[in-house]
Amino acid sequence: MKITLNGEIRELDGPSVQDALAQIGLGEARVATALNGDFLPAASRAGTALKDGDALEVVAPMQGG
Amino acid sequence: MPVFYGTEIDSALMLGTALYPSPAIMADAFRASQAGIATVSLRREGGQGQDFHRLIKDLNVAVLPNTAGCHSVREAVTTAQMAREVFDTPWIKLEVIRDDDTLCPDVIALVEAAKILSDDGFQVFPYCTEDLSVCGRLLDAGCEVLMPWGAPIGSGRGLNNPYGLRSVRAHFPDVPLVVDAGIGLPSHAAQAMELGFDAVLLNTAVAKAGDPVAMARAMAMAIQAGQFAYAATPIEARDMAAPSTPVFGKAVLG
Repeated sequence: MKITLNGEIRELDGPSVQDALAQIGLGEARVATALNGDFLPAASRAGTALKDGDALEVVAPMQGG
Repeated sequence: MPVFYGTEIDSALMLGTALYPSPAIMADAFRASQAGIATVSLRREGGQGQDFHRLIKDLNVAVLPNTAGCHSVREAVTTAQMAREVFDTPWIKLEVIRDDDTLCPDVIALVEAAKILSDDGFQVFPYCTEDLSVCGRLLDAGCEVLMPWGAPIGSGRGLNNPYGLRSVRAHFPDVPLVVDAGIGLPSHAAQAMELGFDAVLLNTAVAKAGDPVAMARAMAMAIQAGQFAYAATPIEARDMAAPSTPVFGKAVLG
């Protein structure tokens, strides 16, 4: 299915958000996720199915002021 | 030393982690500054996030994630929720911006987001203006810290409105206050502390200095000087001279 991952359209299998993270090599990484603009807690990733056209944001710690 | 939401911090300097020439220089600057809090952010994972998190952990300071770049209540709230999970802290430096030229806080959206987050258990550090009504509204919303700007972020102009900042101090004597943003020189940081502020948050002034580590040390010394000066109760300025050497006893010589 086509997912907008961090602003880029990607073909991801899913079916869950956790599966998609594993597919892009971030299954174990320290990241946070938002699905279609809403926070998706880590504990909910495995139980949340992706669907075609979803927008997934995956963020990580970064420099800030 | 400042106490934020029940946590006492050993330093009145809060230092940002962005814009340094290298991670090693950032780490050295932190050591030189003796800052007790590091501000951090969240950005799309492009491969560097995991290393950065290890670097921050090694600094051994409290971490204050921000919502920098957020332009709406929804964006800021979602970012805060993600930050709480990634950094494992209820602290959030809440920034909601409307105007990109000044990075002036959108105080209306700020108060709304502060209320949502405080009700959700966050401990909010709002980046705000020195407007007394806005500051009061933020306290009503549940904030127990206020962080009015000194000048626009990254401008290095110092304290644009010392009168306004002094008013905030006078109106909210028991609220921890931080001057956040606009500091360019150690003298600016010292001035903030002389006004009775509890801490100073800066980033660009150190990170973009020719020698960030030396500037970090200079900031630390200035902040300590300002802190000591405020505690020592400075004299009031006056318009007329007042001789310090006794007039009585002066020889009459002509």
